[in-house]
Amino acid sequence: MNTATPARRRGKAAPAVSAGPFIQCRNLTRTYKMGDTEVKALRGVTLDIREGDYVAVMGASGSGKSTFMNLLGALDRPTSGELVIGGERLSGLSADALAAFRSRMVGFVFQQFNLLPRTSALDNAALPLVYAGVPAVERKRRAEARLQQVGLGDRMDHQPSQLSGGQQQRVAIARALVNDPRILLADEPTGALDTRTSAEIMAIFDRLNADGITIILVTHEPDVAEHARRKLTFRDGVIVEDRT
Amino acid sequence: MNPLAALPVALNSLRVNALRSLLAMLGVVIGVGSVIVMVSISEGAKQAVEQQIASLGANLLVVRPGSSAFGGRRGGAGTATLLTDADVDAIRNEVANVAAASGEIGSSAAMVAGGTNWTTRIQGVNEDFFRVRDWRLERGRLFTAEEFRAGARVAVIGTTVAEQLFGVSDPVGQVVRIGNVPVEVIGVLQSKGQSAFGTDQDDVAFMPATTARSRVIGFTFNQRDPVFAIYVELAGGANPAHVQADIEELLRIRRNVLPGAEDNFNVRDMAEFIRARNETAAQLGLLLAATAAISLIVGGIGIMNIMLVSVTERTREIGLRLAVGARRRNIRDQFLIESVTLCVTGGLIGLLAGVAGTMVVEAMGQFPVAIHPMVAGLAIGSAAFVGIFFGFYPAHRASRLDPIEALRFE
Ligand SMILES: Nc1ncnc2c1ncn2[C@@H]1O[C@H](COP(=O)(O)OP(=O)(O)OP(=O)(O)O)[C@@H](O)[C@H]1O
Ligand SMILES: [Mg+2]
Repeated sequence: MNTATPARRRGKAAPAVSAGPFIQCRNLTRTYKMGDTEVKALRGVTLDIREGDYVAVMGASGSGKSTFMNLLGALDRPTSGELVIGGERLSGLSADALAAFRSRMVGFVFQQFNLLPRTSALDNAALPLVYAGVPAVERKRRAEARLQQVGLGDRMDHQPSQLSGGQQQRVAIARALVNDPRILLADEPTGALDTRTSAEIMAIFDRLNADGITIILVTHEPDVAEHARRKLTFRDGVIVEDRT
Repeated sequence: MNPLAALPVALNSLRVNALRSLLAMLGVVIGVGSVIVMVSISEGAKQAVEQQIASLGANLLVVRPGSSAFGGRRGGAGTATLLTDADVDAIRNEVANVAAASGEIGSSAAMVAGGTNWTTRIQGVNEDFFRVRDWRLERGRLFTAEEFRAGARVAVIGTTVAEQLFGVSDPVGQVVRIGNVPVEVIGVLQSKGQSAFGTDQDDVAFMPATTARSRVIGFTFNQRDPVFAIYVELAGGANPAHVQADIEELLRIRRNVLPGAEDNFNVRDMAEFIRARNETAAQLGLLLAATAAISLIVGGIGIMNIMLVSVTERTREIGLRLAVGARRRNIRDQFLIESVTLCVTGGLIGLLAGVAGTMVVEAMGQFPVAIHPMVAGLAIGSAAFVGIFFGFYPAHRASRLDPIEALRFE
């Protein structure tokens, strides 16, 4: 319906002439306390990511990838260290300020899709707009446009249980995009999908990145990581490899 | 985000778990329903009291001889000097804010009409009596002040007496005999029905007290023109306590009560008296309503329980909503609205159940009931209050969830 959207995105993504890199991580740590024991999930991550980049995050299970993604997505706060995204320092923000930041800046795609059951694809895709205070008519218009964009124009009224895994993940991508975020964070987005469906999802990501959105995705599969321009490898809470 | 935007979400989640929602509501339904039945019974009692007061005559003071310690040992009512027609006139003429006053003296006697006879209460009163005690005329006429003064042989009878003596034919203009005195029936009064004490108020005949004393009442008094009681109607807007005090002052002088001595008569505000007598009934109604409110609390605990279950079940959903930008208060509002919707729906069902229950009570005829339109507000208001009060903790808990832990919840 709204095919003008990619063009708008391209305009928005013109390399930002900003004071610093788009994402700046300085010596980030995250320690989980469980009773008396402490788990050091991140032990000092320092890294810059420029706007429009396409980053794959790899590493063994438990190496801290998801912990890192949660910090980037403002779902969690670092134990120590500095995190600045789009000129905004996240370290000191309140829970509600972080929610506002997420609403404005990030879209999430999860391995388990996390769609609301018994709710139509359209309503699922429109959910973030509810919390952004967008009026109902506009919500519908924008969610429809995003569902078209991921190739689900003919499945708007389907509920998650009536959709295949790949289709559910597309609804989740439409939902992640509906707020026009500048960063798309995907934690193992193809982890629950077969090879062919994975390829379709990755094709969508490639197109989005070509339109200018910054994508950071966690994956265990080398051929998925091949889609990215930059590859980070985590081990025991630190980055051990950073290849472009 | 407008909190009401969560309403469709709330309704949807109630619909999806329809049976569970219904069971969770049951406590609120029963609570609201019983509150309504109890309030209706207590309201019915209150209205019955007001009806009694109204049938007594509005703004009525009653003066009787005897000590003010009601039923006390100190002589007791009746042994003291009786009141008189002169007292009636003094009250009428000298006390401010008295609209009308009548003495009353009575005894029971047989009335004979043609071949039938009927024993009834004969009350000697003056022409003011009918308005003071709120008796209305059905047919014929009342007697006049002249007839009172002249001791005319006329009577105004209640419907029971009319039926007993004359059946369906018109009593007005007929002559009855009381003892061997012929008396003309000049009017029939409208029915008042049963009194609060279960006596038939219409089984009565009224005559001028002058006539009744000389012709009907067989015993003699050591006083001129005595009456057993004086009924006083207050002027509209008068303060009963002031008028009562004025009458007391007047009668103390007239009856030679020394300063500091006990009154040998008493003046009562009848409305006050009836209200006081029925206070226990009203209090019982309130006690029952309080008991019903406890069942509402139990219902609320049921709601709280189901909301806690719902929050736990939907932890991942909460995590997702937080991840896509929901503020804590959005989550809290969503669950609060859900709990209020649940309770208000229960309250509406309870309202219907309560009204139906009240009608059953009415049909059983044990208690007077009255459904006040306000109960609808009471039902919805108390249900909404329960929803907010018992929904708050689960909603607060939902809003405090950590987005990551919530998303990870299995
Ligand atoms: N909420 C938590 N409480 C305690 N420890 C945690 C918590 N979340 C993660 N951890 C620990 O932190 C470490 C890093 O976890 P993380 O989820 O970031 O790993 P990952 O690289 O995403 O692994 P996977 O590939 O299996 O998803 C692990 O040792 C994990 O057990
Ligand atoms: Mg992980």
